[in-house]
This record gives sequence, C-alpha cells and structure tokens, in this order.
Amino acid sequence: MPDLLIELFSEEIPARMQAKAADDLRARLTDALVEAGLTYAGAAAFSTPRRLTLTVHGLLATSPTTSEERKGPRVDAPDKAIEGFLRGAGVAREDLEIRDEKKGQVYYATLTRPGRPAADIVAEELEKLIRNFPWPKSMRWGAGSLRWVRPLHSILCILTSDDGEAQVVDLEVDGIRAGNTTRGHRFMAPDAFSVTSFDDYAARLKRAHVVLDAAERAEAIWQDATNQAFAAGCEVVEDRGLLSEVAGLVEWPVVLMGRIDDDFLDLPPEVLQTSMKEHQKFFSVRNPKTGRIERFVTVANVETADHGATILAGNQKVLAARLSDAKFFWENDLRTVRERGLEGMAEGLRDVTFHNKLGSQADRVARIAALAREIAPLVGAKPDLAAEAARVAKADLQSEMVGEFPELQGLMGRYYAQAAGHDDGVPEACEEHYKPLGPGDAVPFAPVSVAVALADKIDTLTGFWAIDEKPTGSKDPYALRRAALGVIRLVLGNGLRVLLCDLIRTAITRNEADSLRSHADMDEIFDERWLSWPEGLLYERDHWKDPQVIDYLARAIKSDDLTFDERRAAAQTLADEVFAGSPKKTNDLLAFLHDRLKVHLKDEGIRHDVIDACLAMEGNDDLTLLVHRARALGAFLSTDDGENLLQGFKRANNILTQAEEKDGVEYSFGADVKFAETDEEKALFAALDTAEPQIAAALKTEDFAGAMRAMAALRPAVDAFFEAVQVNVYNQVLRRNRLNLLSRIRTICLQAADLTRVEG
Amino acid sequence: MSEQIEKPRSFQEIILRLQSYWAAQGCAVMQPYDMEVGAGTFHPATTLRSLGSKPWAAAYVQPSRRPTDGRYGENPNRLQHYYQYQVLIKPSPPDLQDLYLGSLRAIGIDMALHDIRFVEDDWESPTLGAWGLGWEVWCDGMEVSQFTYFQQVGGHDCHPVSGELTYGLERLAMYVLGIDHVMEMPFNDPAAPIPLTYGDVFRQTEEEYSRWNFDVANTEVLLRHFEEAEAECEAILAQEATDPKTAKRIIMAHPAYDQCIKASHIFNLLDARGVISVTERQAYIGRVRALAKKCADAFVQTEAGGQAA
Repeated sequence: MPDLLIELFSEEIPARMQAKAADDLRARLTDALVEAGLTYAGAAAFSTPRRLTLTVHGLLATSPTTSEERKGPRVDAPDKAIEGFLRGAGVAREDLEIRDEKKGQVYYATLTRPGRPAADIVAEELEKLIRNFPWPKSMRWGAGSLRWVRPLHSILCILTSDDGEAQVVDLEVDGIRAGNTTRGHRFMAPDAFSVTSFDDYAARLKRAHVVLDAAERAEAIWQDATNQAFAAGCEVVEDRGLLSEVAGLVEWPVVLMGRIDDDFLDLPPEVLQTSMKEHQKFFSVRNPKTGRIERFVTVANVETADHGATILAGNQKVLAARLSDAKFFWENDLRTVRERGLEGMAEGLRDVTFHNKLGSQADRVARIAALAREIAPLVGAKPDLAAEAARVAKADLQSEMVGEFPELQGLMGRYYAQAAGHDDGVPEACEEHYKPLGPGDAVPFAPVSVAVALADKIDTLTGFWAIDEKPTGSKDPYALRRAALGVIRLVLGNGLRVLLCDLIRTAITRNEADSLRSHADMDEIFDERWLSWPEGLLYERDHWKDPQVIDYLARAIKSDDLTFDERRAAAQTLADEVFAGSPKKTNDLLAFLHDRLKVHLKDEGIRHDVIDACLAMEGNDDLTLLVHRARALGAFLSTDDGENLLQGFKRANNILTQAEEKDGVEYSFGADVKFAETDEEKALFAALDTAEPQIAAALKTEDFAGAMRAMAALRPAVDAFFEAVQVNVYNQVLRRNRLNLLSRIRTICLQAADLTRVEG
Repeated sequence: MSEQIEKPRSFQEIILRLQSYWAAQGCAVMQPYDMEVGAGTFHPATTLRSLGSKPWAAAYVQPSRRPTDGRYGENPNRLQHYYQYQVLIKPSPPDLQDLYLGSLRAIGIDMALHDIRFVEDDWESPTLGAWGLGWEVWCDGMEVSQFTYFQQVGGHDCHPVSGELTYGLERLAMYVLGIDHVMEMPFNDPAAPIPLTYGDVFRQTEEEYSRWNFDVANTEVLLRHFEEAEAECEAILAQEATDPKTAKRIIMAHPAYDQCIKASHIFNLLDARGVISVTERQAYIGRVRALAKKCADAFVQTEAGGQAA
C-alpha cells in the first residue's frame, strides 16, 4: 500500500498559526480521503516557518468499488417518469431490473461506482483543501486569485509505492504544478532537491539545515539554552508559550546567550522579562545567586562563520536601545510619583473614557473608592485605607511604563506605591485588585486587597447592569461573567459575610448617577456643579427628586427650542428614567450571580436542586451562608436518614397540601397531644418537642449540619407515624389534629432549606 | 557563500546603493513627493498607483514627518523628520523576498554573518483605509524593513496585489555603519573635504520643529486648515468629469489627494499638540479615511487607475 507525502511550501507563515495549520491539513485531508473511500494506517503533520507537511502511510492504492441500489417507478408508470429516473440514475432501460412488489412491478437500478486510483482522489481533495484552507487570515498576491496565508510557492505531492517507486500526483492549483522537489534552509541550503519518500524527505531536509518537527526544534532550543545557562551558573526562566513561538520562527535553531548591561539590572525583573519577550522574543536567564535576570537567550536561524558573534552583538545592541527606553519610562514614572504622588500620576484618568455612558476612569475610581470604604469593615480593613488604595490602584494606567507594556498593569502599581512610601497594604492592593482574573487565578487574602478587588468587580457589574449591557449568549464583551466569578471566589475564598444586595443597590445608584451625568445632553457647567456636590449626595436617589436639583439639571440640558418648563419636564423624565429600574436591576444582578454560583458549585459536586432549595431561603445574598447551607444539605441528603426524612417530609407535605386545598384552610393552629390516640402519634409529638428547640438553637448559630442532624433524628418517629396512623379519618377532631401535626413537620423541615425544591 | 561587498561609509551611500539596486531591478526611481507626509506610503506613487490593474514599479526616498516622535535631537534614534525608502511593485513578483534580500546585500549586509528573519506583522493604515499582510524584517533582532502585500487601499480590493517594501533609512544605516547615535552618523563620506554628520544637517531642525510641533503651532489655524483641506478635497471631487474648457475628461484625483495628504498631516500636528481627545481622535481618523476613499474612488476612474481611455 502506498504512502503519501505532501508539502506546501510558502513564504514565512506566522508562528502562531503553524501548529493549527499542520493539524488542519492532517485532519481535513485524511477525513476527505476516508470519505472518498481511501482508508490509511497512519498520518502525521509537521510545520516550519516555510512549510506545512503531511505524511500518510498505508493508504489504499485505489478506492473500493461501491454499488448502490435505487428504486424506480412502477413498470406501468408514464414513460416520462421512467425516462426521468433513467436520467437521474445514469443507466439505460435494459440495465433495469423488474421486481414484483405488493403494489405491482417496480423498476430497480443498480449503480456501480468503480474504484478510483489514490492519485486522482488525492489530487482532487488536495486542490479543494488548498482553495478552502481555514487560515485565520489569508491573502492574495501577484496577479493571481488563490488565497493562502502568505504567497504559496510550490507543492510537493508524491505517492510512494511499497517498492519505493515515487509517483508525482498530477495536480495544479492556480499555476502551481505539484512536483517532487523542495528547498532547504533559506540561506544555508537554498537549492531545490527531489525526494522519493517521507523518510528520504526528512533526512534530506536535515542535511539541508531544516528540522522538520516543531517539537524537535523546541526540544533542541530548550536543551541548548539550559546547557549554556548552566555553564554560566544560571538558569533559563521557563516560558512554554515563548518556546513554541520561537520554534516557529526558525528552521535551524541556533541558540546564543548574551549579557544584559549592568545599567539595566536595577529595573524590576518583570520589566526586563516583558521587554525582552515582547519585543525581542528573548528568554530571560536568571542568576540564582543574585536572584536577578542577568542574561538573555536568543535563537537565531542560521549558523555563521563567526559562531554567531555578529548576530549576538546586534541583538545586544537592540536590547540596549529597548531597555534604555524602559529605563527612561521607569525613571520618569518614579520621578512623577516622588514629586506628585500616586494621586498626581492618577490625574490623567479624568481624560480617559471608561465607557461613554459610565463616565471616565476617574469617575469609576471614585465609585470603587466609595464602595471599598463600605466593604472595608466587612473584610477587616480600615475604611480610609481601603478607599485610599482604591483611589490609587489604577494610577499606573497613566504611567509611561504601562503605556508601553499594558500587561504590566497592577504590577507597576505595586512598585510605584512602594516608591511612594506605602507599606500598609496599598502596594499589594494595586497589584491584586484585578484578581482573580480567571478560574485558575489565585484569590487575594490581604484585607485591603480584598476590599478593593471586590469593589472593582462589583462596580464593573453594577455599571453594565445600570446601562443595560448584560452578557447575552456567547457575547460577553466586558467579561462580566468573569467579574461575577471573581466576586463569588473573593467572597467564598475569604469566607466573607457580605450582604451583596446592599452593596449592589448602592453601587447601582452610583453608576446610574454617573450615567446621568455623562448623558449626551449635559454640558460642561454641569460637570463643575456636579463636582461641587458632596459625594454622598450624588448617590442618594432622593437628591434627584429635589426640585432645585431638577431645575439645575434642566438648565444643563442643551436645547434652545425648548421652554424652561419643557426642559424641566425633560430633566425630571431623564432622572426618573435613569433611576427607575434599579430595584429590578439589583434583583436581576443577584440572580446572575446566583447562576454563576451554580456553575461554580457544580464543579464541587453540589446538585443544582440542592442549591435551589437553599436559594429559596432568607439571606441568599450572603453567599458564604448560602454555600455553607448547601454543603450541609448536600451532606444531609447523602445519608440514609436524610434521604428517608426527605421522603417523610414529602409525604407529609402532600397529604397536608391536598387537605389544605380541599378544605380551604391552612392547618397551622398547632396540634394538641391530648388528641393523640396511638403510641406512634404520641411518640411523634415527643420527638418534635425534642427536635424543635435543638433545631432552633443550631440555626441560631448557623450550625446547619447540627440542625439537619436534629431533623434526621425525627426519621424513625415520622416513619413509624405514617406506618401506623391514618391521617384522613372520619373523626374531624382527630383529622384536624393530625394535619396540624403534619404542619409541624413541614415547618421544621422548611427551616433549614426549602426541601420542596429538592428532587427525588 | 559569503560574497564580499564593500561596506558603505555614509548615510548617503546607503541611499545611493538602494537607488541603483532598485533601478537595476527595473523600478522607476522617483523623487520624494513635495508635501509633508507621515510615511512613504502616502506618496501617490504608492497609495494611488497600488489601485487599478496597470502594472507599476517605483522606488523612492520619502522624507517623513511624525511630529509626536520629536525629541529635540537628543534621542539616539527618535526623530520627528526622517527618511523612508519605499519600493512598490505591482503585481508583486514571485521572487520579491529574494529581490529584497538582494537589496540588503547591496548595502553591505552579509547573509553569511547575519540573521535575517521574516516576523509576522500585518499592516493597517486607518487613515488610508488600507491594509495588507506581511512581515517586519529582522536583522539580528532589529526591525529593518516592513514587507507588505497590499490587500486593500482606500477601501478598494487590490487586483493585482502590490508588494510594498519600506526601509527606515536612519535605523538601517546606523546598524550597517555601526553608529549608536543618529546625530553622529556620517551623512556624506567621512573622507570628504567637508565631512558632514547627520547632526550637522538635522540637529538644529529637530530642535526647532520639536519646539514648534509640541508648543507653538497655532492649533486654531491648524484646525481651520484641516477643515479647509477637507472641504477643498470634496469640492475638487464634486466637479464634473468633463472639463468645460478643454472638453476633455479630466478627473482630478491627484489634486484632491493632495488635500487628503494635507488633512492627514495637519491631524498629526494637532495630535502632537495634544488638543485631540481620545474620542475625537477616532472621528478625525474617520474623516481623513473618508477623503482617502473618495480619492481612491476617483483614481480608479482615471486612465492611470486602469480605466480604458
């Protein structure tokens, strides 16, 4: 059985696209071959900056012959119908077979498709794939119309038979005719050569200074880099993303290590690393004795007579220029902080729009500060300090360094806060208030960080809720799901007891007030007056009902063709509209948080109905309490007693509900033991009398497990009661007393969680 | 493998070698456009000529101005006025990469000693409504050129596709000549009777323009000029195609495009003066792009733009 070798040789393919392209080539072409009847034993794909290669071994030499039977019209059908059938099936009338069926004689045609040689199928499918290749971005070149990631130069496509005979597949795409030749390294072996099989191809490529396999190139780079670093008493800072990118930039990796000038060693190590990685694709090399990044590793694509000396010198020079820039930014930023403080650095945030309906970054910072102050006592932070941390946490967005390297936001904030003399949790808050960034990111624990991080996320959520920009389906442009998960993890991770509704309510009002201000009709005077109002006032809804304030708003509305009364009416409508939906928005946002919480807890193995049973209870905006309750309920239901008590409860509840519906009364008058007839009934009274105070005491201390243990202890009495006692008896006194007794069971069972919502 | 080409000794020698190299490859060696532009791409020999079906091959030096990059002549490699070398060939020839590498050899870069790499860098000019795919070319880790296959210009798909090469001349020359500060770079032959450095030629102008760009340029006048250029561009394009005087079909794509270039440069100046807010910025860019598109629309109606006469 023959082997297939394909190489698509082009100008340099972007490194980030190579692996996926190789995989697409393999998956799509082999799928298409199989679809066409060509099965194979195995396939593998490779990529270099200039080529995508696919090898398929053990391919069928021809596709199998297939036949298909097709039912036609009845023999006595009109000629037209029969002719139509013949045309459709592509057969002659004498080829048809007649079969007797219930409804009469019917024509049948048997369509045989002869197998086709592999070369024909490969040619067809490869051309189709080249013309429709799923590049993330593709282009045209020259005068042609073919699209490829960069100009495609040649196609190598051969089938190698078992005896080693290679046949070029006859194929032409947009003037590029497939052949059996390729080229080596662009500079070290540029000449064309022909190949006869995959093994021959890979071996010749290596001789022509091309390592075909990206994993092999990455491995070689890593080995060589670590060896060179080791020899210098250093270690390479691991970076897998960079390694695979660099492996995609070279066909023949040559690792070179260089020194970083002493002038730059005082820069924060993250700055060195980021600058070298982003701009130069250098690896950082750390000296474990000093803990500093002192060297770099660059990977060239060529061996030179001077063993890379010229290349290394050039790279070092470029690095020095880059790091001079970084040093310049760092020193300027430090000067700004020393002279004007972090607050001074943050001033420019006033000119940066956060969202055109939610004001500037400075507005957002003011909201976060107000919120952090409210949260502080709940997380054990000093309110003034939390507010201060919030006010400066985003100052670094205005630093020159973050302007150049946005990915250093937060981290530079920490450095600059330290430089400003903070040693009070503010530097950590600057760095950590963005956290957690995703499900895998750590949650901060320092009280000031937690206060600001929580305020930051709640403001994001309430802001977009205030202006009705909620995530829909897969669209979540402001990453609000991530913010919600951040709130959840901050609260749960720190065991915080926070009533989210209160925080959300005030935060939404704040956002609504800011959105009112940034309303397009407001002019600058309005801003001045706005700033003169005390913060507290701004965020009070009643402030916006004050006729004087409405008058002021009315004056700020730009519209020449309205009378003042009309403008006042417009202002009132505007204020009402902006603040109208807030109670609904608060509930809606809480429901969103609850949804995200369910997703989060699902991973922990807590059932959604268990969470629903707990969500139905008072205080469900206290997520810590909610989860505490849900865990206890989950544990309770997983025991035998719990499961049985649940059944007992459901039975009691069913009987009771039916009776209540029928009688139109609620049986909550209290049962009296003096009407108890049977021992089981009396025993249940006794058990309830014992359990009730136990449960109440446990719930008082939020000991849900204890409360549920006490509930579980009821199980034998409840079971025995149902076993021995009939509730709906003729004697109405007995019946009512028993229903009232069931009501006690129901009340008790609903105290810890709403068991009616538990399934099963 | 290493071919010995003598090293150039001055900035101008590098320019001259590029000129003769691309002339030898058949390019029309053109002169800089006589207007202030931000990059060689703005020259009508690139922007307009990349449109339409007519083959084209041009190479030229273009003085380029980026007011925000001014550093009073003090920064070793930042200038508000610098030179770009620009090559545009339509349709892009299949061996454009090799031709490009040949130009590096011509200016003394020995491929046997240096590491040349093509690193993904897609190009987009929001003001020209243009984009293309290509690379930045690295020599020993330093970006020495932009290499782009134009896909769209002025909102028009490019058919055929032009290949564009842009060399940042100062940076490239500093590297080839081994100079650390641009102002110290020999402009003419250091052995000439009157040897001149880049600083002798440009230090003072960098200082003067930096001051003017950042602090003095009259923003009200500039704003007015912007509006006027915009209005003039539109007025030119609103004219009938047939000239009433000569009765010939004369679409004035180039004069209109001059006004577009003017608006674009004024926008850059206003930006350097810091009077354009983040939100306004997008609006200004959009206005320049609208002009560029209209000019492109007009150019493709002309003979040079591929319209049958």
